[in-house]
Amino acid sequence: MNRQIVKLFGLVVVLFAVLVGFTSYWAVFDAASLKGKDANKRPLLEQQQIKRGRILAADGTVIARSVPKGHGSGLRYVRRYPEGSLYGHPIGYSFVQFGDSEFEQFHNDELVGNESEFSSILDQLRGAKQEGNDVVTNLDPTAQATALEDLSEAGFGAVVAIEPQSGRVRVAASNPPYDPNRVPYEYSKLSTNKIETPLFNRATQGQYPPGSTFKVVTAAAGLESGVITPETPIDAPGSLEVEGTPLENDFGLDFPGATLDEALTNSVNTWFGQLGQRLGNDTLFEYMERFGFNSTPAIDLPAGEVSKSGVFNEEGELLGANDPVDLARVAIGQERLAVTPLQMALVAAAIANKGKEMKPQIWSRVVDPDGRVTKRLDPSQYSQPISAETAEELTTAMEGVVSEGTGTNAEIPGVAVAGKTGTAETPGNEACGGGEEENQAWFIGFAPADDPKIAIAATVECTEEFGNDVAAPIFRDVAETILNGE
Amino acid sequence: MSARNRELFALVPVAMLLTAGFAAVFAQESSQLDNLSLIYGAYFFAVCLATHIYLRMRLPDADPYLFPLAALLMAFGLVMIYRIDADLARDQANWFVLGLVLFALTIQFLRDYDVLERYRYTIAVVGLLLLLAPRLPGIGEQVNGAYLGVKAGPLAFQPAEFSKICLVVFLASYLREHREVLIVGARRVLGVTLPPLKHFGPMLVVWGASMFMLVFIRDLGSSLMFFAAFLALLYVATGRFSFVVIGMAMFLVGAWFFAATVPHVHDRVEIWLDPYAHPQASGYQILQSIFSQADGGLFGKGFGQALITVPGTDNALLPAAQTDTIYSLIVNELGLFGACAVILTYLLIAARGFKIALLSADGFSKLLATGLTAVFSIQAFVIIGGVTRVIPLTGVTLPFISYGGSSIVANFVLLALLLLVSDRARREAGVGARSGDLVLGKT
Repeated sequence: MNRQIVKLFGLVVVLFAVLVGFTSYWAVFDAASLKGKDANKRPLLEQQQIKRGRILAADGTVIARSVPKGHGSGLRYVRRYPEGSLYGHPIGYSFVQFGDSEFEQFHNDELVGNESEFSSILDQLRGAKQEGNDVVTNLDPTAQATALEDLSEAGFGAVVAIEPQSGRVRVAASNPPYDPNRVPYEYSKLSTNKIETPLFNRATQGQYPPGSTFKVVTAAAGLESGVITPETPIDAPGSLEVEGTPLENDFGLDFPGATLDEALTNSVNTWFGQLGQRLGNDTLFEYMERFGFNSTPAIDLPAGEVSKSGVFNEEGELLGANDPVDLARVAIGQERLAVTPLQMALVAAAIANKGKEMKPQIWSRVVDPDGRVTKRLDPSQYSQPISAETAEELTTAMEGVVSEGTGTNAEIPGVAVAGKTGTAETPGNEACGGGEEENQAWFIGFAPADDPKIAIAATVECTEEFGNDVAAPIFRDVAETILNGE
Repeated sequence: MSARNRELFALVPVAMLLTAGFAAVFAQESSQLDNLSLIYGAYFFAVCLATHIYLRMRLPDADPYLFPLAALLMAFGLVMIYRIDADLARDQANWFVLGLVLFALTIQFLRDYDVLERYRYTIAVVGLLLLLAPRLPGIGEQVNGAYLGVKAGPLAFQPAEFSKICLVVFLASYLREHREVLIVGARRVLGVTLPPLKHFGPMLVVWGASMFMLVFIRDLGSSLMFFAAFLALLYVATGRFSFVVIGMAMFLVGAWFFAATVPHVHDRVEIWLDPYAHPQASGYQILQSIFSQADGGLFGKGFGQALITVPGTDNALLPAAQTDTIYSLIVNELGLFGACAVILTYLLIAARGFKIALLSADGFSKLLATGLTAVFSIQAFVIIGGVTRVIPLTGVTLPFISYGGSSIVANFVLLALLLLVSDRARREAGVGARSGDLVLGKT
C-alpha cells in the first residue's frame, strides 16, 4: 500500500501546485486586466479612500478639492468644485459612480498620488497613507469668467486662449457650461441632453466650419512655400466659377491686382480661392498638417475628449492630400472643413510665436502634500509650421484686418491687435434648430501684435450675426482681461 | 532532540507570528502598538502549551509537527478574522479552546483506536444520519440553496464536518477487511478490471451517499470531498487504478446528470463557467473573490488594508469573507507569498499525515491515516480551488482558518486521530521519543 500512498501524496502536491498557479494568475499575471473590468469597483473605491489632490487656478483659486465623509474604515472622500460651473470645462469631474473626465481623468495619477511600484512598497513599509498631489493649472479665473459671461450672451460656443511662447492654456471655456457638483445628481439629464450637450467640451471637441479664419492658414502656406510674396498681385473678380458653382465675394466686390494685405483685410474669397488652387493639394495639406490639422492636439486632456481638425468626407472620415477636394473652397474655410476652437487658437499662437507652435498645456506644476513642487511644466515645441519672416508678414496683414478691415470690433485702445474674422454659413444646421440664416461666427488673433502675450480663438454657434459682431468682441474682452492682469 | 521538544520549539514562532499579526492589525486600526497583542499572543501560547503538555503525557511519540502546523493555521485564521470583526475572533478563540478540549478527549478515550473498527457500521450509520440531519424538519437549515446546517435550540452546527470523519473511519475499516477479496475477486470484463459485486455493495452505498448529498443536501463541495476521499482510500487499499477510473466515471455521470436536473447544482456550474454573465447577482461572489486577489499582487496590501465592505455602507464587497472567501482575503492582504505560505502549510500537514500512513504497521492504521489526511487535503483544495475558480465555488470551510465551530472542532478531532495513529506507528517503528533524530530523518 505504501507505493499508492506515495503516489497519492504526489497527486496532492500536483493539486496544490494548481492552486498556487491559479492564485499567481489572479493575483499577479492577470491582475491588471481584472482591475480594468467594469464589474470591479475596487480601484474606484480605493481611490475614493485616497485624499485626492486639489486642482488650482494659476492664481491659487481652488477649482477642485476633496472633502472627507464618514470615518474609520468608512472614510471616503468626495469631490467638491467650489467655483461651480466656471471650470466644468476643461477640468471635468471625478466621482466614483460616474467615473472621471477631462483634466481630472488625464491627471489622475498625479491627483491620487500613484507612484512607482517601488516607492509605494516603501510607503507601505513606512505606514504612509497614499495621498494625492495638488495640480496647479495655467487657467486665469478672471479671463475664464469673462469668456463664459460673453459666451452666455452670444450663444453656444467656445473660447480658447493660449500663451504663444509657452503653450500655456489660460482660458478654455465652453458654453453651455455645467456644474460638476451636480453630476452625481443629474448625470443622466446632463449626459442625454442632445441639444445643449453640456458635458461636451466645445473648446476641444467641437468641430465647426472655420470660415474665413482659415484664410490665415492658406496665406501661411502661400508665403512659406514661396507661391506668393506679400507683393504678389492676384486679380480677384467679384465672382469666379469654381467646379461649376460660382464663388463670390461679399457684396460682389472686385479686387483687381490685390496683394495679401488687401485680400486678408477685406477677406476676399476669390483671391484666396485662386491661391488655394495655385498651392495644390499637396502643399495646402502639408501646411495644414504642420499646424496640427489631421492630428489630435497634444493637450493634457484625454484623447477621446479632443477632436481632430481637417477636411472630412460625408462619412466623417478625415481626408488627406490624395483625396479629391474642392481646393478653392477649402482655402476659404468651406468644403466640409471642420476645426476645433483649440486648433484655431494654436494657429494664431504659432503665428504670434514667430512661427513656432508650442504644445498646449493646461497644467503648470504638481505640488506634493508637503508643499514641494515635484514637477513643473517645461514648455515644448510641437512644430514650426512657418518661418519667423512669414509669421511677421502674416502679422502685418492680420493687423490690417483689425485696424481697417472686417475685424474692427476686436480693437483694444492702445494695443495693436492682429486677427482674422470668420463667418461660416451653416443653413439647416440641426444643432441650431435648422434655421436658414444660421452662421458659425469666428475670431482668431493675438495681442499685442508686436509683442504677443495671448493668442485667442473665439467662436459662436448658431448665430445670425457675423464674426466681427459676436466673436470679435469676445476676443477683445478676454484679451483685455488677460493683458490687464499681466 | 525528542519529538515533543521539537513540538515545543515549533510552537514558539507560531505564537510570535500570532502576536506580530495582532500587532499589525492594531497598528493599522488605531495607528499605535498595543500590549493587547502581547496578551493575545500569551493566551494563545498558553493554550498551545497546555495542549503540548497533554500530548507529552499521553502521546509522547506522536508526530511533532502536526500540532504546530495546525496552530499556525489557527493563528492565521484568528488574525484574519479579528481583522474582519473582533467579536467573531472572540468566538473563534472559544471554538479553538473547545476544539482542543475535544482533541484531548479523543486522545483520552480512543487511546486504543482499534475499538473504532468494532463499531464501524454504527459509525457509518451515524455519519449518514448526520448528513441527513439538515433535511430533517425542525432542525434543518437552508443557506444559499444548500442544506448545510443543523439548528437545535442554541446549538447550530454543520454535520458534514463530522460526517467526513465517520466516513473515513468506516471506509478504512471496511477496506482493511475486504481489500484482499476486492483485489483477488476482481474479474476482467472487456478488458476492464471490475471489482467483485458482492463486496462492492457497500462501496456503492458511498457513491449513493455522494449523489444523495448532491441532490438532497445540494452540497456540491462536500459531495466532491467525500467521493474523492473514498476514491483515494479505494486506490490505496486495492492498488487498482481502474477502480478509481470507474469510480470517477460514476461520479461524473451522476454529477453531470444532477447538474442538468438539479437547479442549484446547475447554477453553481454555470457561474463557474461564466461568472461575468451576472456580475451583480449570481457571479458576484466568485468575481469579487478574484478581484480581491487581483488587489493583492506579490506582497499583498498588508493587514487591515483590504476592502471587505463598500466604504460607508454595510454592502459586502467580499461576501463571506470570514468563511468561504477567507483565502481571497489572505491573498489580498498578504499577497501571493502569504497565500503560498498557507498552501505550503497544508502541504506540510499532508506530507506528515501520509508519512504516518507509511510508517504504520497494520492495515487499519495505514488506511485511517491515509483517509484522514486525504479528506483534510481535499477539503483545503475544494475551497481554495473554489475561490480561485479552479472548480465551482461551494460552501466548504478552509480547515483551521475559516470562522466556524463545527469545522474547527471536527478538524481537531481529525488531528487527534492522526496523532493517535502516529504515536503507535512511531513507537512500533522505533522512531519515537526515545530514539534520536537520525532515524526520524530517514522515515
